[in-house]
Amino acid sequence: MIEIHDIHFKYLKKPLFQGLDLTLRPGNLYGLLGKNGAGKTTLLKLCCGLLSPQGGSLRVFDRVPHLRQPAFLSDLFLVPEEFVLPPVSGALYRDMLAPLYPAFSRERLEAHLTEFELPMPDRLDRLSHGQKKKFLLAFGLSTGARFLLLDEPTNGLDIPSKGQFRKILASELDAERVILVSTHQVRDMEHLIDPIVILDSGRILFSQSLEDFSARYSLLHGEVPPGARVLYEEHVLGKSLSLVEGAHPGALPLDLEFLFKAVTAAPEHFVSAASPATAHPEVAHA
Amino acid sequence: MQFTDPKAIYLQLADSVCDLILRGVYPQGGKIPSVRELAAEAGVNPNTILRTVSHLTDQGILFNQRGVGTFVSDDARETIMQQRKKTFLDEELTQFFQKIELLGLDFADLAPLWQEWVAARREVRHENQ
Repeated sequence: MIEIHDIHFKYLKKPLFQGLDLTLRPGNLYGLLGKNGAGKTTLLKLCCGLLSPQGGSLRVFDRVPHLRQPAFLSDLFLVPEEFVLPPVSGALYRDMLAPLYPAFSRERLEAHLTEFELPMPDRLDRLSHGQKKKFLLAFGLSTGARFLLLDEPTNGLDIPSKGQFRKILASELDAERVILVSTHQVRDMEHLIDPIVILDSGRILFSQSLEDFSARYSLLHGEVPPGARVLYEEHVLGKSLSLVEGAHPGALPLDLEFLFKAVTAAPEHFVSAASPATAHPEVAHA
Repeated sequence: MQFTDPKAIYLQLADSVCDLILRGVYPQGGKIPSVRELAAEAGVNPNTILRTVSHLTDQGILFNQRGVGTFVSDDARETIMQQRKKTFLDEELTQFFQKIELLGLDFADLAPLWQEWVAARREVRHENQ
């Protein structure tokens, strides 16, 4: 479990997090969404111990990340958005780093590389950007680490690789693991990331599973039932797409882009749902 | 996997599993792939697959054998066919009638079209053999 409680963090004089709370539970593949500059990458770095919070508490599987204890580091893998791979072969990279991860599986690495149609590289630094990304994703997902953090994993992947990546990621979630994917490419990750965490200007606006959300809100195309409270709507070619309070028949599956726009446009409707104390409030329906 | 239906994803996945049972890919009494394998194949969140499996278990189409896996019930096909007939009669037929009314069609005019369709189907099947 990842427990973030009341953390504060600022870059020089620019405050970013002022009392941020977030809990991530094992067995889930979280999607972290937010605009540019919302603090997504900073949050990932805090979770990995690459940055230290300036207040509050942060625990990752009962360990304090910024102490960077070996047992903590061997149970975590971060695939950053931008990274440099050393001028060595894929096999050497594996042999150098795999011993740091007690749960590393060579078979899984091979299976993931095969799925990605990437032969074991002779020189990692000579690969294209997308191939480097595939290699690091395949390696990271083979470490057996319980906490996986992927920052914009589909950036740089070509069309077939995105589908391959979905298969690999879906196959790697188990009951012990927390996978946290930060992304702008919600279309790439639709139906895969759930629960959704939305971060905006250093605040968590939304943190819940789509199943819980769909039990309380409906996405409706066309007419809205009389008396229903509309939280957000858009008009397309004369028809409205509305997010309405309550579960209504004929609701469409949630569209992540629409959810994101609704939450960031009118956060006051959703903020209460983000705090753990009111994670499942009873909503009265007329 | 592409989802175009205005229906919850776990239910669309349930329909796909039922199709595979009807086509005999997952035979009655046989074991189906694990949640992990199904999630990987569809590229969707394993928790969604879990929900699909538990939905189909509630319907009596699948059953779980603790520690062994998930199996197709012996009467799964019958259950699926009955459910689909019910859905057709209760929901889809109503929509069909509504459309006939909306377009101002005469139901009697449709009977010859149905006969033509059946004949065309028979011909296609005959050619395929």
